[in-house]
Amino acid sequence: MAAGIAFADVEVGTELPPASFPVTRATLVRYAGASGDFNPIHWNERFAVEVGLPDVIAHGMFTMAEAARVVTDWLGDPGAVVEYGVRFTRPVVVPNDDEGAVIEVSGKVAALLDDKRVRVDLTATSAGQKVLGMARAVVQLA
Amino acid sequence: MALDQSFVGRTYPPTSPYEVGREKIREFAEAIGDANPAYTDRGAAAELGHPDVIAPPTFVFAITFKAAGEVVRDPGLGLDYSRVVHGDQRFAYVRPVRAGDRLTVTSTIEAIKSLAGNDVLDIRGEVHDEAGEHVVTAWTKLVARAAEEA
Repeated sequence: MAAGIAFADVEVGTELPPASFPVTRATLVRYAGASGDFNPIHWNERFAVEVGLPDVIAHGMFTMAEAARVVTDWLGDPGAVVEYGVRFTRPVVVPNDDEGAVIEVSGKVAALLDDKRVRVDLTATSAGQKVLGMARAVVQLA
Repeated sequence: MALDQSFVGRTYPPTSPYEVGREKIREFAEAIGDANPAYTDRGAAAELGHPDVIAPPTFVFAITFKAAGEVVRDPGLGLDYSRVVHGDQRFAYVRPVRAGDRLTVTSTIEAIKSLAGNDVLDIRGEVHDEAGEHVVTAWTKLVARAAEEA
């Protein structure tokens, strides 16, 4: 599968449209149900504090899913993602209020590869701090 | 507590098949707020060349992590799951997961390390469809934090 983006139209440094993803407690409850990850650190403040966290934190895989959206929204075809990896460096702390937290994601083309593939490097931050490290996707362009 | 190094290289039997449902994909896409029509509209997926709706890239983690749970809970390994956090996650796709797939996962312990008192476990999950074709590989790094840091 190939994306709507042509390999010929990108170069190292090409920026993907950035995006902001709000996350509230309600978002986390919904993600817990959809993903089957019911670890109480993602919805129970008392439990989170007991295990040494500052507050309820977002699922790492939720943050990974949101960061991928910058890539898949750019590609059009999510099936053009060939590889995707992240390191969970800091938790996204989600306070119990209406605003919750925001995950800010940006990305740029970091390398041109064989077979019209490129590597995209992503940056994800929340409350001004990086929450993912080594966030990279290899994608198939047209 | 150091984990038993003899578990490195151990492969667990394939899981029983997980059938990927269209509505489960829709539920997951809605939970991550992603309106890409390839996840919910067969026509849109077909225009991109997919035989049915496809799943977001991280959807398969729910399946591979469940399989990894069998590794994590292996009493012989000696991992304290209450102290485990997710360190890294990586996927390599042969093709996207799609509705109707019946997927099995074969988990292998790739590495066991001890870093600053933390146990670090690398698990590889190979995901195959009903025809035995390789769909995706997931690598999951789990870190069991040292007990004295509680």
